[in-house]
Amino acid sequence: MNQHADALKLQLNEEGRLRHFLTTEGLSRELLTEILNTADSFADMGAQAVKKVPLLRGKTVVNLFFENSTRTRSTFELAAKRLSADVLNLDISTSATSKGETLKDTLRNLEAMASDMFVVRHPDSGAPHFIAQHVTPNVAIINAGDGRHAHPTQAMLDMLTIRRHKGGFEPLKVAIVGDILHSRVARSQIYALNTLGADEVRVIGPKTLLPRYIEELGAEVYHDLGEGLKDVDVVIMLRLQLERMASAFLPSQGEFYKLYGLTRERLKVAKPDAIVMHPGPINRGVEIESEVADGTQSLILKQVNYGLATRMAVMSMAMSGQATQDSANQ
Amino acid sequence: MKIHIRGGRLIDPANQLDEQRDLFVEDGKVVALGNTPQGFEADRVIEAAGLVVCPGLIDLQVSLSEPGFTQKGTIRSETRAAVAGGVTTLCCLPNTAPVLDTPAVAQLIQDRAEEAGNARVLPLGALTKQLQGEQLSNMVSLKEAGCVALTNAGKPIHSNQTLLRCMEYAATYDLLMMVRPQDYELSKGGCAHDGKMASKLGLPGIPEAAETLDVSRYLVLAEQTGARIHFSQLTTPRAFQMVDAAQQRGVKVSADTAIQYLLLSDDNLENFDSAYHLIPPLRTPADRDGLQAALSGSVLQAICSDHQPQEAAAKEAPFGATEPGMIGLQTLLPLALKLVEAGCLSLPKMVEKLTTQPAKILGLELGNLGIGAEADICIFDPEAQWVFDEANSVSQSHNSPFYNQTLTGKVRYTLVAGQLVHELQ
Repeated sequence: MNQHADALKLQLNEEGRLRHFLTTEGLSRELLTEILNTADSFADMGAQAVKKVPLLRGKTVVNLFFENSTRTRSTFELAAKRLSADVLNLDISTSATSKGETLKDTLRNLEAMASDMFVVRHPDSGAPHFIAQHVTPNVAIINAGDGRHAHPTQAMLDMLTIRRHKGGFEPLKVAIVGDILHSRVARSQIYALNTLGADEVRVIGPKTLLPRYIEELGAEVYHDLGEGLKDVDVVIMLRLQLERMASAFLPSQGEFYKLYGLTRERLKVAKPDAIVMHPGPINRGVEIESEVADGTQSLILKQVNYGLATRMAVMSMAMSGQATQDSANQ
Repeated sequence: MKIHIRGGRLIDPANQLDEQRDLFVEDGKVVALGNTPQGFEADRVIEAAGLVVCPGLIDLQVSLSEPGFTQKGTIRSETRAAVAGGVTTLCCLPNTAPVLDTPAVAQLIQDRAEEAGNARVLPLGALTKQLQGEQLSNMVSLKEAGCVALTNAGKPIHSNQTLLRCMEYAATYDLLMMVRPQDYELSKGGCAHDGKMASKLGLPGIPEAAETLDVSRYLVLAEQTGARIHFSQLTTPRAFQMVDAAQQRGVKVSADTAIQYLLLSDDNLENFDSAYHLIPPLRTPADRDGLQAALSGSVLQAICSDHQPQEAAAKEAPFGATEPGMIGLQTLLPLALKLVEAGCLSLPKMVEKLTTQPAKILGLELGNLGIGAEADICIFDPEAQWVFDEANSVSQSHNSPFYNQTLTGKVRYTLVAGQLVHELQ
């Protein structure tokens, strides 16, 4: 209980403003809504001629990627540039750290460059927490995905997508389909959806791909896609990593598609105006039928645009949260 | 050296003793209880009024880290922590570098322990060469070199054929095997109990079945071979039930747990604090409560510290990337007293699980304070409150989840073979 308070405290400054963004868990509805509102304003701005704002002028943002991800890194990079920050991209493959330098030493080196924000992706769950605990107090940490733990900016861009297309969360039934076990996105979505007041969150998949006691995080468990999709307003498909077959989580892509692939036929049991989302990159014919991915109910491409806006929102909010913390400390 | 320990509450479970009685030590042995023997001129009188006098603690599982890992701890530093915690005898694991799979390494460790002059150090020899789980170690030679039991120190033995032969060979010479059951495949890559907390934190899980499945493998083979097996650090009530049932059938098995599994649970992992990264992992609060309930029976025979010093860098990383383990020698007794305080068992029963029972498992004439017994004695103040912290921690390493907590019960004096090896200043 005590420690949970610590984890929460880590993300917020003394005034309760965001200073790091590590997880959607434990953040208030007001704060998540503020992120969405801020993101909304940036999303609208994307259509304007002048795309840059000076919110992070003179600040240095370091994209610290311990795991490859061109796509996520690019949106963070673009988001930082739109906020007028200087951006440094560091791809630190695990082989570099296995040369003997500890994560803490890596951080010390980066701090010496007078960075203001680290955007961190790391294969170990909890790495951004660790970094937030060990960096100097005026560096903001944004979690860009850690192990199986959390991917809060992806979850928030999904929330933005839902809100912009459904108007709100309260009456919604949302289904998350596929490999929940390995998905940091799913965990962050479950917390965000519950906090934002969704009526029901469902997870759908075979037992091999569902974490134990996932229902205690606030999700109803379904093993049958037809049952799980019944009357839902939102369908979120997760990417299936193809190595899951080799490690015996699944028999084959074919059987997975047969049981959990989202087809036009299957989608019929959902509400007629249900929306379909996917964090990408998609495997056509593995978790989703091409016609559905490209169909009218699909928002997959929209999500990419919202991703930029959401990351701009979170980065600007965390930076201002750090600034108020700094002035409070002085 | 003649020592008179005066006015303490003497708890000696081996002799069903729990009363205020003086104790007299001469030439390393207990020579009298109660009245001063004729002509006994004490060189030192220890005033023990208000204190508990009991046999020195016997810890079945300790990593001393030497040879090979002296950045974590040394034989000198860790045995010093032992006596500060009232531990007078400890079994040290063979996962050293070089591995303790030869009489030479066994001898080296014992020599250094003797030089340090703190606690008695009983080496556990490697069950297989290099702990690789493939070839039998020279078990008999290791025993002759002072090893009290053989263990693979948590390293897997994949082949049941090899394991069967280990057990047959050990049974031939009535050698004790200590095993920490954990199915290799089910625990591979895991760093937390496969439960709600691991799901929430996204940590790769180790299910209860990793323990119970391996326990059943050992039990089946122990029953077949007649080998003597001691299970170290069981963490689930179900595993204890399985051991209990086997004991009823006459299988020669015994079991312990480490104190942390009786007090902590996976709830503590919230916030990714690597101090709680242990292997086997901390289980659920229900498992912890189940272990506490098992304290009133006989199957949970002993409690150890599973002391594992780790240098700061080994713990300063994201949870799953840290080294598992915690230091525990200095806190074994005060933490055990928490269970007495909580009403799980009486103080004499607790002392029994920390002294007499581990001695019995090892087949040693230690852990009692009868006349003629080795004067290995722990004298502690059961009421004293203190804050365990970096300043008063004796181990070379500082990886304890109990730092900055107020503990009740402090060791005042520790005697090994009649020598005062620790005295609280």
